[in-house]
Amino acid sequence: MIQKFANPARFIRLSQALLPWMAGLTLAFAAVGLYLGLVVAPADYQQGESVRIMYIHVPAAWMALFCYTAMAIAAAVGLIWKHPLADLAAKSTAPIGAAFTFLALFTGAMWGKPMWGTWWVWDARLTSMLVLFFLYLGYIALVNAFDNPARGIKASSILVLVGFVNVPIIKFSVEWWNTLHQPASVLKIGGPSIHPSMLWPLLLMALAFTTYYLWVLLLRLRGEIIANKIRVLRLRRVHGQA
Amino acid sequence: MKRKHKRLTFVVVALGFLALATALVLLAFEEGIVFFYSPTELTAKKPPAERRLRVGGLVEEGSVEKSGTVVTFRVTDLNNSVPVTYKGILPDLFREGQGVVAEGRLVGGVFVAAEVLAKHDETYMPPEVAEALKKSGRWQGGNP
Repeated sequence: MIQKFANPARFIRLSQALLPWMAGLTLAFAAVGLYLGLVVAPADYQQGESVRIMYIHVPAAWMALFCYTAMAIAAAVGLIWKHPLADLAAKSTAPIGAAFTFLALFTGAMWGKPMWGTWWVWDARLTSMLVLFFLYLGYIALVNAFDNPARGIKASSILVLVGFVNVPIIKFSVEWWNTLHQPASVLKIGGPSIHPSMLWPLLLMALAFTTYYLWVLLLRLRGEIIANKIRVLRLRRVHGQA
Repeated sequence: MKRKHKRLTFVVVALGFLALATALVLLAFEEGIVFFYSPTELTAKKPPAERRLRVGGLVEEGSVEKSGTVVTFRVTDLNNSVPVTYKGILPDLFREGQGVVAEGRLVGGVFVAAEVLAKHDETYMPPEVAEALKKSGRWQGGNP
């Protein structure tokens, strides 16, 4: 089955059909999610109106972890099965994941100041999230550091897999150690400790962020495939085989 | 064994060792990773007065006293408590029964805080629901 989608020409055709759907779903989910989150959802009993930063902060943080996990899987598939599309998927995911991580860190600081009384502390959750941001940046620097793209992909795939140990550390940091950041509210044993009127907008925003990721991923992958084609054509011309 | 199976085995084994190494490092550094000590840990440790550290817990009910800009209160983990004095502006979420993390030094049994941060729990709900839970006696949280 993997071989069937490995064909870049088939992928270009398939992604062409998917792109408008992803764009439409992102706009629809974000419109409803933002309306429910910013207008309909109640203020929090403790945090008041500041709680609304959650509808951006939490999906961004989830996607930061999701993108890194997707990158690690793609990098492993690329390393083990030499799947060219998997390599490109990892490469295309990195800047999106880095942007989500930055957004999570930034909105976290905006939220931390009024609630905790500080922009930043070096607790386990915040620090491990900052490490994730640097892993993304390191990957982007490394993948572009080689003249031969295949070598860049190989070196950076190993970096992604090594860095994957950080993902469970981020997720469980709030349980393994005491931190200033509170434990998980949604994905936890015993069900969410967040009122349904706030949970629904949050889940819609998470869907919007996910379809946004898929949308941008498809766009970037198409760009990478076309750039590869151009590179091959140029090389042929240089070698006089055109 | 085909080459891709070799690569798969290598990646799985390498990641296994890496996870083990990371777990050992994190266990060894556990002391350094915790963000704050509970009052029980603090009383057991008896740190020297020049050492800057953090204590975390709940603000004990009825312990907050303000005189000018100086605030004194007790931080409790419901077993032990530590008296804290602090001069400065408290975060909005600072209340009796609320989670708090104070950074400073333990001087002669009194924790002199240089910074006080509020810590909230992972529960989110509208004020009316919080009110209703308190009325029905099923309230489990602090004292908002």
